[in-house]
Amino acid sequence: MTNIEEYIPIVGQPIIDDLKLLAEKLKGKVIQHINSTVVGGGVAEILSRMVPLLRELEVDTRWDAIRGGEHFFEVTKKFHNALHGRSEEITQRDFDIFLETSQKNIDALDIHGDIIFVHDPQPIALIKKKASNKWIWRCHIDVSNPNQQVWKFLKNFITSYDSAVFSAPSFSQRLPIRQFLISPSIDPLSDKNRELPQETIDSVLRKYNIKKDKPIITQISRFDRLKDPVGVIEAYKQVKKYIDCQLILAGGSAADDPESAQVLEEVKTRSGHDKDMHILLLPQDDIVVNALQRASDVIVQKSLKEGFGLTVAEALWKAKPVVASNVGGIPLQIKHKYSGLLCHSIDGASFAIKQFLTNPEYAEKLGQNGREHIRNNFLITRHIREYMLLFLSLYHKEDVVYL
Amino acid sequence: MSGLIKVIEPFRFYTRLHLSELTGLRASNLSQLLSTVKQVSGSCVYHHTHRFLQQHQYLSPEPPNDFAYWVSKVLGEDELGERLASIDTVQFSTVRKLRDKIIATIEDYLKNNMSVKLKFAGEGEEFHFIKSISFILPTNYIAYNLREFVDIVKNITIDSIYFHIFESRLRLEKKTNDFSNWIETSIGDKESSDKISRLDPYTHTLEDLRKTIIKIVEQKLRDQ
Repeated sequence: MTNIEEYIPIVGQPIIDDLKLLAEKLKGKVIQHINSTVVGGGVAEILSRMVPLLRELEVDTRWDAIRGGEHFFEVTKKFHNALHGRSEEITQRDFDIFLETSQKNIDALDIHGDIIFVHDPQPIALIKKKASNKWIWRCHIDVSNPNQQVWKFLKNFITSYDSAVFSAPSFSQRLPIRQFLISPSIDPLSDKNRELPQETIDSVLRKYNIKKDKPIITQISRFDRLKDPVGVIEAYKQVKKYIDCQLILAGGSAADDPESAQVLEEVKTRSGHDKDMHILLLPQDDIVVNALQRASDVIVQKSLKEGFGLTVAEALWKAKPVVASNVGGIPLQIKHKYSGLLCHSIDGASFAIKQFLTNPEYAEKLGQNGREHIRNNFLITRHIREYMLLFLSLYHKEDVVYL
Repeated sequence: MSGLIKVIEPFRFYTRLHLSELTGLRASNLSQLLSTVKQVSGSCVYHHTHRFLQQHQYLSPEPPNDFAYWVSKVLGEDELGERLASIDTVQFSTVRKLRDKIIATIEDYLKNNMSVKLKFAGEGEEFHFIKSISFILPTNYIAYNLREFVDIVKNITIDSIYFHIFESRLRLEKKTNDFSNWIETSIGDKESSDKISRLDPYTHTLEDLRKTIIKIVEQKLRDQ
């Protein structure tokens, strides 16, 4: 388990001192996180790192998960897609299933926190249990263009919360409650992001039969059309005409995504017999992802839509030059030409990759800027600080708060 | 020997941590930007004119304000962008006056450039209005003389430097920055105080500002 003091060499003593000052102000408050699962998914990943650190700061933090059967999670998956703007047929029966399971959780779950921190739509109806305590709804989804049927249904619950939290400004909605902007974060000491010895990186490359004899361009992401892996291949092919390079497309499989196998097949077909294209279906292994990112010369994230896109933060933290689409939370992480290059098309992506490969000093400078940008804005220490400020904001309505 | 003499009033370092509060308000063109700038709170204007200082402090010594950035990059109105970016923020003692200047600059431009009203931001490129919520709290760092002061300035967070230089002057409407005020009134060193207050902090990165303040104070300590 990571110790809070281990972050001092990365962010500096005063940042940790600030966290301790804030934690003191929360003495006596019990924070209760509630989400849909304690294992798997981005929310569980961040809470599993954050809850122990908050406890170490002596903020009394608990974490519970609701229960839901197969039908319930099928419905919430539909909600999830609809909130992302995908067209979904949602029936009254779906809403009934959602409400029935929610009622069981309302009856069963022990709500004991002074501050109840509910993550995503699955547990949203627990707000019916609100008493004199404070409630926060944390939305991790891109709701910039939500299906109105689902949004209106959820809004009935959201408006009873004290505050809501979104990851990007474009996700905010007109709501009668306070809404805050808090970006997600990466943990610099996790297996996915910590420094690795060169031997580890080399052994991962050997394992996947990748030679370091020509520049490596990499995209790490699920085989999902929204991540545009085929577009990445097209961009690589354009670059390859001028610069001898290789491409890694690597990602895990998603058992709950029937499309992923189909997309993987399409990607393999598009790659043809090019020995410089490495299409890797990875097991869940953060060290492998870390090593592939560190071995790369340019990292690409050519998503068509993106909730936040933390793979960008992971790459920038490793001081890599990044070419990424101007969508979702990516422009918060990359300021064009300062901390990476943003693109809007396949042609734009290939041009940006060429710029980096032919100008290594420029690439290095932007990578270094990117690392500092992540250090200042997207590490878990900033995330913990903002969550503690969020908790304190529940007791202070003014714009300038003296603590 | 003012650097080593203990003063009556020590300098307590504060820090300022902030949260961004979303308003749900957005603008797609210059007219909407103007009308919304007129109605939002001062905390909102403050956010969009100071956010870059903390988020991009290592990148650019001349942090553009969000209004200038959006007008140039999204609407393609470079001339207005330049006018907004070059507003001399340090000249304004209150956020209200700063807002008035921003409004006047946009209105003046609109008068002579009617066609800009026809320009709209693309989907996803709208201007989103955000408020800055400040939390001000005392740190455990206290200086009793100039030597202790400079040693703390070397190690304190940039949030603390930001608070004492920018926020206390403009948002809390004090006449000068806290460092200059203490050095003059408690240490009695008007020369160093003036040197720091004459700096235009908006043309420095926060790390540059830290280095410059250290240099001014250490020079004074050497000269004593």
